[in-house]
Amino acid sequence: MNENFDVCVIGAGVVGCAVARELSAYDLSVCVIEKEEDVCSGTSKANSAIVHAGYDAKPGTVKARMNVRGAELIRKLSGTLDFSYRENGSLVLCFDEADLPKLNDLYERGQKNGVEGLRILSKEQVKELEPAVSDNVVSALLAPTAGIVCPFGMTVAFAENAAENGVVFRFLTAVTDIRKTDGGFEIETDKGVFRAKYVVNAAGVYSDKLHNMVSGKKLSITPRRGEYVLLDREAGDLVSHTVFQLPGAYGKGVLVTPTVHGNLLVGPSADDTDDKEDTSTTADGTASVKERALLSVPSVPYNKTITGFSGLRAHEAGDDFIIGEPDDAPGFFDAAGIESPGLTSAPAIGEYIAAELAKKAGAARKKDFKAERRGIPQASKLPLEERAALIKRDPAYGNIVCRCESISEGEIREAIRRTPGAVSLDGVKRRVRAGMGRCQAGFCTPLTMRIISEELGIKMTDVTKNRPGSEQIKG
Amino acid sequence: MQSHDIVIIGGGPAGLAAAEAAYDAGARDILILERDVRLGGILNQCIHNGFGLHTFGEELTGPEYAERYINMVEERGIRYKLRTIVADIDENKRVTYVNGEEGAVTVQAKAIILAMGCRERPRGALGLPGYRPAGIFTAGTAQRLMNIEGYLVGRRVFVLGSGDIGLIMARRMTLEGATVCGVAELMPYSGGLNRNIVQCLNDYNIPLKLSHTVTMIHGKERVTGVTISEVDGNRRPIPGTEEYYDCDTLLLSCGLLPENELSKSAGIELDRVTGGPVVNDRLQCSVPGVFACGNVLHVHDLVDFVSEEAERAGKNAAHYVAEGEGSDGEATVLKAGPGVRYTVPQTLDAGLMDESVKVRFRVSDVYRDRSVSLYYDGRLISKRKKRIMAPGEMEELILKKSSFDRPVSEIRIAVED
Repeated sequence: MNENFDVCVIGAGVVGCAVARELSAYDLSVCVIEKEEDVCSGTSKANSAIVHAGYDAKPGTVKARMNVRGAELIRKLSGTLDFSYRENGSLVLCFDEADLPKLNDLYERGQKNGVEGLRILSKEQVKELEPAVSDNVVSALLAPTAGIVCPFGMTVAFAENAAENGVVFRFLTAVTDIRKTDGGFEIETDKGVFRAKYVVNAAGVYSDKLHNMVSGKKLSITPRRGEYVLLDREAGDLVSHTVFQLPGAYGKGVLVTPTVHGNLLVGPSADDTDDKEDTSTTADGTASVKERALLSVPSVPYNKTITGFSGLRAHEAGDDFIIGEPDDAPGFFDAAGIESPGLTSAPAIGEYIAAELAKKAGAARKKDFKAERRGIPQASKLPLEERAALIKRDPAYGNIVCRCESISEGEIREAIRRTPGAVSLDGVKRRVRAGMGRCQAGFCTPLTMRIISEELGIKMTDVTKNRPGSEQIKG
Repeated sequence: MQSHDIVIIGGGPAGLAAAEAAYDAGARDILILERDVRLGGILNQCIHNGFGLHTFGEELTGPEYAERYINMVEERGIRYKLRTIVADIDENKRVTYVNGEEGAVTVQAKAIILAMGCRERPRGALGLPGYRPAGIFTAGTAQRLMNIEGYLVGRRVFVLGSGDIGLIMARRMTLEGATVCGVAELMPYSGGLNRNIVQCLNDYNIPLKLSHTVTMIHGKERVTGVTISEVDGNRRPIPGTEEYYDCDTLLLSCGLLPENELSKSAGIELDRVTGGPVVNDRLQCSVPGVFACGNVLHVHDLVDFVSEEAERAGKNAAHYVAEGEGSDGEATVLKAGPGVRYTVPQTLDAGLMDESVKVRFRVSDVYRDRSVSLYYDGRLISKRKKRIMAPGEMEELILKKSSFDRPVSEIRIAVED
């Protein structure tokens, strides 16, 4: 295979897909190269799923700029691209009078970063907003513009909209080398050579490796593992805000937050590892996250835990996002070191890189760019009459496959049929939540496998959980 | 809005037996709502034998047992809808269901029988550390893939948890040519029936490791092995006891959870121990006219007991439709005393009760040569010696109407010397 594009984006996580979507508004041929079988398969799939208001990053940093702009864009794009987002506000809890200056620092920082509506609350005000918060709280910073988002939904929305506007995706394609050439770059992969005038490096925890292939100014990304515990929707309304802890005597602090789908999420831990694929959970890590969350909300009902997971943040030694062209590799655009608040910043990073790249390429905006995208209809969330009408149009929407989340056969088939569509159980789960509920796919696994096998025309024995090698059955 | 005398949610063994008994008690307008493509529920995938000894006096396979009840339902002309999921029940007994043919429909029921069964506790709820590769299945999911879909989920299997389905699957996979390396059980006793330990593990030389658990799942794509450790009295892994098992599959049989999300939406009170509704001796829930039976009420060991219980629920629902509630007396509360985890029912109306009422309960530990004592308001009524009692085997006790010669406010069942 020998493929030529104006731009190759490496990595189909939320950043890569956001860049691709923004690039697709310009007259450029764009290809996204991804080593996994689907979008949203690395850092983007396992994080806190929150939209940071923007008071955390140091004023003047790239992080601060991207965070505030990203939050603004997510608010807008959640409508244009139809993904789940809710502005639920966040609280940073302070448990010690001695730490009040630090809380104030956050407030000041937020002001400098341009975050709106910040307020320091008294203990009584906090308790009134969130009765489940610990009595040990002395004060808190309220950020009403903070939100929660579906990271899968957002990434898939970017990807689908990019594809609709002409971006092509190449999955299960791992980059092995990048060489500078006269007209741009040669990207060597396990599936052949790609040629591109420009490259966008959105490779998450691997972004240092890619960067170092073309630049003498070396980067070093440390995968920082974060463990989470996810609770049943029954526990989802324990708090309505995202509840953080002020970094202090208790360590870095973990959050307790509702998710857009109504679950309760607790985490993360922070352990540096040297394995870029080490997304295992540990007994100690899980225990410590659970214990520390109780400092904020003593009544977290862990007996309603439905799953635990861990994700890797791409921590760069310089502690800021690295965005743009290195001096010694023009045409190569980094989006590296995208750790927290990376999810929030992704649309802003996409907007920024696409604009810079288009300017450099002299590319004009497309006249026929389709900015809007509709998500897959969630049959069970529709009013009864609309649900009935949908089922009348397509009876598959009346056949419930995942009983915990009330997901129909119609939704699952649509998730597979879209471009880029789901090709694995995890791909289906991330798009339409089949298997995401309290039984964790016990009942729907065989049924969803059957649908995947039918839609893709593959054997049941070839249906995977995610990447090749994760086939579900042995014969 | 359409209305029905009795709407039964679930067409598994409980729903079928409830329908048959409701019909025989005089009800005619009965509707069964079943989410699967056929009646019979989980019995359809239980192709082993051992069903029906109590009910029919013979050993049947799961599908054969289901067929007997399906035939009873068909012979009586009781209506049912397949591939139909109930989306909501409200406290006024309105039931909203969804299917491909009719869309979303709300019907009014005079009485509802909850027969939704249970689900398996998944890996996530167990907090097992390690990776999240393919090859981790609850035993029931593996059973379905094998017995309904016809696929072998793995070739080298380790089983965590000694629930009955796990034990049955250990044998089933062995018979299909897989190697079952062992079964680990967190508790110092088995969670399943003794007959299954003997017939499914001992007969195939599969080791059962009590007081052990999985402390690491290995493999990024597919399971490559598990580490298991012995646990101490507080169920915490003991460092230094780790053993590695090379396997491609981990089956989980770590408990069943009654599926009561619909019951909650109807405002029905649940028992924290059973996970099912709180019921009186007529198996009626806290919302009058709503009855519960089978694994949605409490997890059973034997389908025969499910059928028997469901027939009571069906009969009582029919009486409720015909005669109304009729209760006025103060309910007597049944309390689980020392050594007893729970009782079903949880309350009893001595004025309206049948001549005898069967109380089912589970003990909280393995007890040898101990007695089951029954107290009415602190008075010892009976004491019965049992050679062995275990949490994995449900116990029962009969309360006679004639024994209530005066008002009783509390009935207590306890394990004593």
